[in-house]
Amino acid sequence: MRSSAAAGTEASAAAPRKPFRLSRGALAALPVGVTLALGFLAPLATVAAYAFATPKTFDVFRSFTFANFAAVFDPSNTVWTSFVWSIGLAAATAALLAVIAYPIAWGLTRVFGRYAGFVSVLFVFPLFVSENVRLYGWTLFFLKNGVLDGTLKLIGLSGPEVLYTPGMILFGMLYVYLPFMLFPMTLGLAMVPRDLVEAARDLGASRLMIWREVELPLAMPGILIGLLLTFVLAVGAVAESKVLGGQSVIVITHDIEIAFTFAQNWPLGSALALLLTAIVSALSLVALSKLDLDRILGRR
Amino acid sequence: MTATATALPAAPATPAPVPPAADAKPILQLVGVRKTFGSFAAVDGIDLDIREGEFLTLVGPSGSGKTTLLRMLAGMEAPSEGVLSLRGVRINDTPSSERPTCLVFQSLALFPHMTVGANIEFPLKAKGVAAGARKERALALLDLVRLPRSYYGKNVMQCSGGERQRVAIARALSHDPEILFFDEPLSALDYKLRKVMEKELKDLHRASGKTFVYITHSLEEAMVMSDRIGVMQAGRLVQVGAPEEIYSRPATRFVAEFMGEVNVIEARRAGGVWRAEGIGELKLIPPPELEGADAVAVVVRPEFLRFVDGDADNRLTGEVFNEYALGSRIQYQVRAGAKTYLLELSRAKAWRGEPGQAATIGWDARDAIVAPLA
Repeated sequence: MRSSAAAGTEASAAAPRKPFRLSRGALAALPVGVTLALGFLAPLATVAAYAFATPKTFDVFRSFTFANFAAVFDPSNTVWTSFVWSIGLAAATAALLAVIAYPIAWGLTRVFGRYAGFVSVLFVFPLFVSENVRLYGWTLFFLKNGVLDGTLKLIGLSGPEVLYTPGMILFGMLYVYLPFMLFPMTLGLAMVPRDLVEAARDLGASRLMIWREVELPLAMPGILIGLLLTFVLAVGAVAESKVLGGQSVIVITHDIEIAFTFAQNWPLGSALALLLTAIVSALSLVALSKLDLDRILGRR
Repeated sequence: MTATATALPAAPATPAPVPPAADAKPILQLVGVRKTFGSFAAVDGIDLDIREGEFLTLVGPSGSGKTTLLRMLAGMEAPSEGVLSLRGVRINDTPSSERPTCLVFQSLALFPHMTVGANIEFPLKAKGVAAGARKERALALLDLVRLPRSYYGKNVMQCSGGERQRVAIARALSHDPEILFFDEPLSALDYKLRKVMEKELKDLHRASGKTFVYITHSLEEAMVMSDRIGVMQAGRLVQVGAPEEIYSRPATRFVAEFMGEVNVIEARRAGGVWRAEGIGELKLIPPPELEGADAVAVVVRPEFLRFVDGDADNRLTGEVFNEYALGSRIQYQVRAGAKTYLLELSRAKAWRGEPGQAATIGWDARDAIVAPLA
């Protein structure tokens, strides 16, 4: 950042000789712009182009057809169930995580005091291990004759048969995405000034009223970011349903993966991906429009 | 009147000539109140009777424990020791929500996501008052704090500093507390607006008839508004009294110095004669409680120090080296030996000499305050 700002100063110093020059701000944004263009826009554009290519070919940029979308929207195609599962599971994950993370976030900002840092590390720690490894760990834990079942058998009981069910997929998602809800939410709660809560209490408000009228609305930006983050990540999740869910449920990301791999139908996979992106973007934009980023960043 | 002035002679125990009678029953009583954080005593034993309907201001430098004291009175902090009672009932452990008091925060603590109206109505909503009645009351309060009624629907964050001040006061009044606490609410305002708000607060106090307890580090602010002033130092109340009493009879050197720029001269008695370094023999009139002392602090306010050609009880010669014009008044700094003295004269009595010249300055014994040295 600083080096690009310095570059900007040099550029303006040498300005008189050059007929065209970028403004200092544009120059500073150049590295980010190039990275975004190459790393984000180019693949996205390629996927978008593939979505309009002839099915089961690699004629990208040379053919244009709506056949892939027609196939997706064909009444005989049941791929919509995958969309429903993905969005449903993601919505459930985000909603449940909001409920689960709120007390923890509240504890981190108000109760744990100097232990808050240690508790935060405990929640970050699982992120150091690959997601797949952790998910296979849960599989081993819940497997027949696995850690839980095997141990319970020693005392004549048996473990619950939860593996390879939609509920287990949800459990895996909650487990994997908890930190992504917890930390934005903690930040949101930390942004609620303590004296506002004290003032509300002083003015005779009950705990419920303080929570509903002061704490929750003021922490809402952080909560919304958490909801958005977990929802977007969970919609794109594939490992949970594959590893913990077996084949009990096919989520849309799994369908996309199949199209790109076994089926070798990149255009269909791209069409599905583009549709998913459109749905998620639309939902995210609605949420973002309710967010006041200036307030979150403390500019106001 | 119970100033905790241990190790110091008590402040003159005459009742202050203020509207709320000194023998009025205290609304809030503090006995031996202490608040410790670890081994540090933020508030170190305070005895104080707050009288019903008075405007009491606690002043002290930052770190003197005044905010902690106020937070205990408001119920946001529990005393570590001592008893806090409201009309004779112990309230040490009563939470702030159940005390008939309200605190106006230094930050004002307005709810930024609510309109002016919603802020003012908040305590009414907490009490379950119907929406119509709430709005009526909020509009009446807007009138009282001199804000236009059209501000009812305005976002509170779009109000100016002075307007927010008024909203915060209106919100506190809508709670209808018996005692209002103020934690330096004017400190963020510019000088002119602060002066206006000081007078308005005093008017509001008179109009509402409620007890106001105000804290500030500005003695000037305290002098303008208060019926009584309590001066705090290191967690203790060193003097409580009417503004005039605090000004003219400071109980300690600290109080005198806190009152503004003063000249402090240390005097010692040897062989029945008071002497000060660099001046020599001093004529002074110690108060009865200091009759036996052998070392005192002589406090001379800048306005009582003057250039003398003729008679003065005490005089010394120094070099005039600085002159500050304060509008209608002029201040001079006079250096004599290692000490610098400050004089303040009206413009009509301005000194006619040049900076750098020697001059004789002096004061009369009756114009000086003799305070304990500590």
